[in-house]
Amino acid sequence: MRKNLNVIAAYSIMMVLILMVGIFQSWNIALSIFNLCLISAVMTMGANIQWGYAGLINFGIMGYTALGGLAAVLISVDPVQEAWRAGGFDILMSLWLIVVMVLVIRFVLKRFEKSKIRTYSIAAIIISGILLIRFSAEPGIEAIEAVDPAKTGFLGGFGLPIIFSWIVGALFAGGLAFIVGKVALGLRADYLAIATLLISEIVIAIIKHEDWLTRGVKNVIGLKRPAPYEVDLQTTDWFIKLVEKFNSGKLSIIENLADRQAALNQLVIEGSSVFVKLCYSGLFLVVVIILLILTQKALYSPWGRMMRAIRDNEEAANAMGKNVVKQHLLIFILGSAIVGIAGAMLVTQDGLFTPGSYRPMRYTFLIWVMVIVGGSGNNFGAILGGFVVWFLWIEAAPISLFLINFFTAGIPETNALKAHLIESVPYFRFLMMGLGLLFIMRYRPKGILPEKIEIK
Amino acid sequence: MDFINAIILLLNYIFIPALTYGSQLALGAIFVTLIYGILRFANFATGDMMSFGTMATILFTWYFQSLGVSLGVLPTALLAIPFGIIFMILYMLLIDKFVFKYYRYQKSPPVQFAMVSIGVMFVTQAVVRIVIGPADRRFFDGEKFIIKAREFKEITGLNEGLALKSTQVITIFVTIVLVSLLFWFLNRTKTGKSMKAYSDNEDLALLSGIDPKKIVLVTWVIAGILATIGGALYGLDKSFKPFTYFNNMLPIFAAAIVGGIGNPFGAFLGGYVIAFSEILLTYAYKKFFMYVLPESMEPSSLVQLLSTDYKFAVSFSILVIVLIYRPSGIFKGKVL
Repeated sequence: MRKNLNVIAAYSIMMVLILMVGIFQSWNIALSIFNLCLISAVMTMGANIQWGYAGLINFGIMGYTALGGLAAVLISVDPVQEAWRAGGFDILMSLWLIVVMVLVIRFVLKRFEKSKIRTYSIAAIIISGILLIRFSAEPGIEAIEAVDPAKTGFLGGFGLPIIFSWIVGALFAGGLAFIVGKVALGLRADYLAIATLLISEIVIAIIKHEDWLTRGVKNVIGLKRPAPYEVDLQTTDWFIKLVEKFNSGKLSIIENLADRQAALNQLVIEGSSVFVKLCYSGLFLVVVIILLILTQKALYSPWGRMMRAIRDNEEAANAMGKNVVKQHLLIFILGSAIVGIAGAMLVTQDGLFTPGSYRPMRYTFLIWVMVIVGGSGNNFGAILGGFVVWFLWIEAAPISLFLINFFTAGIPETNALKAHLIESVPYFRFLMMGLGLLFIMRYRPKGILPEKIEIK
Repeated sequence: MDFINAIILLLNYIFIPALTYGSQLALGAIFVTLIYGILRFANFATGDMMSFGTMATILFTWYFQSLGVSLGVLPTALLAIPFGIIFMILYMLLIDKFVFKYYRYQKSPPVQFAMVSIGVMFVTQAVVRIVIGPADRRFFDGEKFIIKAREFKEITGLNEGLALKSTQVITIFVTIVLVSLLFWFLNRTKTGKSMKAYSDNEDLALLSGIDPKKIVLVTWVIAGILATIGGALYGLDKSFKPFTYFNNMLPIFAAAIVGGIGNPFGAFLGGYVIAFSEILLTYAYKKFFMYVLPESMEPSSLVQLLSTDYKFAVSFSILVIVLIYRPSGIFKGKVL
């Protein structure tokens, strides 16, 4: 108990902070912060597995998040029959062509010795393959995008419950990580960082501009939900009764019956969105706890020890007969898959998929700040980092507004500098993140909750 | 005649824009490469440092405009750039003193430096946005065109016009002058040579009496000049928006690595490699083929290899391919 005191203290403070938001601002805000904290926690766990366990740097988190979101769309949206009829065949043909191309390249790689001719012929196969695929897919893509472009214009998905997409998102992200890992993991740390960052940008570019897949920047809205809809809740008897019961004290003060009914209606509307958010919190909490148990088990298993050995001294681990390349690839896939789950969760919660919103600041660098601030190598630290940083990211604006008003209390409202500062309040969050990261890296380089390895 | 038309078309839509864009990238790439070669880390704050320098330039431009000072046909920003450079260098030295110096003395691994530079990136982004805001800003004034497309058509009697923007000429001219000066400095002066030595082998350089503090100082000064001029030229030619500058970091990195990171000449050429491949691969050649080919063979489609949406993706793919097959870059050669 005693040695975990700092963990318990840190989490208690965090919970108190979120509760304070609930009491002083509103429960809706508090819960939406809490939900995104949970999603961030899943992302940081993924990044932490790669960076904290194995020392692999992955600046492509944005790409895997987006793939998770893509999975959410492909799983939950109903198939657009008309689009399938219009261009489904062409798309399937092109997919076949891609598979054939990969197989041919594999065959060439296996069959022939490494030589210049082989390299050039592979390049020729890839280029001609891409051109062939482009020409064969072109009519299909155009036909699909022409199907009611204001509403659909894409193939749609499988029409399954969106929860499944959390698994599929993990598979998508893991698949991409397999390809990226195969080609890029041999690079030096800072090259790997740049390569993964750029690959994630390529992924986003594809998702943004392939309209037949997920409507590109036209967004997909109104995804199915695993939780009830607010509108339905507001007309359900048991829910109204529940709200009435919770607020019986408040309601009984009001004498007038009509007023009481109006107040109740208001409470039901507020309560319904809180209830929906609570449903999400429950779902996300289950995911976080399952992942936490698994990652903790992994950390203290022989496998975890081996990963640390590889991280701390690659050559020695290699000499001991550990397959460093294979383990690196494995952990790269595992971490990315977890990030993929988080991406699917995020789209599930928002109910919409907006490829334009995937930006490296928010989905890559912020997650890294979370990992570093929380404590890399320590799962509790990573989760805490997700909570602390996301909380600050959201609450930075009110906090800095308060600080500006506090320090410029003597200056009149019309002062140009003060007005300018108040106008640029949203950007103080960047300042806070940057300074936070710099201070943590300087004075507590292992993070708030440093890695602690107990040998049992 | 058709043939000349085709050439003019390519000049107007591919060659000159690519040369301009390439010059802007090249300046940034040399900045990245210098920091990487001498201070030994990948600076993720590159784009934002450039936007800081541009911001300072814009503020001075506005100040001069309010005073009524101008350069006539040339943009006022050219007058403001030196002042912008001073601010940029001061900012960089400040950052170095409070942030990077500590890790340099600790001899931290490059990854830690990269993480720290992300912190600097966040802070710089905040500073730029708080001071000037995130909006799109144009600060170009003076004569916009040297030759207008219509005038060119009238003079030569060709179907295709060649438009030459003054920002394009300024960009190319300034880049040539600046880069030649830089290479003269690195190859001919004592300080430049000691920088090379320091980048080649730090310990040996220290043994032969090279002062590391001076090297670091000179590096930041050169970096400040490159960052401000590169950023300001980009802003003059297109427009200034902090977010675009952050995004530009990626093709700049691509240029630096394609050219062989740590090698300024490689970075210089890398900028053009990236710019030309981006534009060549995403240009629709239909009109070109209409001029060159006989009428019966005219293409019906746009003859565009990739849609322009994938402009960035092209440079990133080139980079990824280079990283995998030739991590030391196309123009290997000596470091720095």
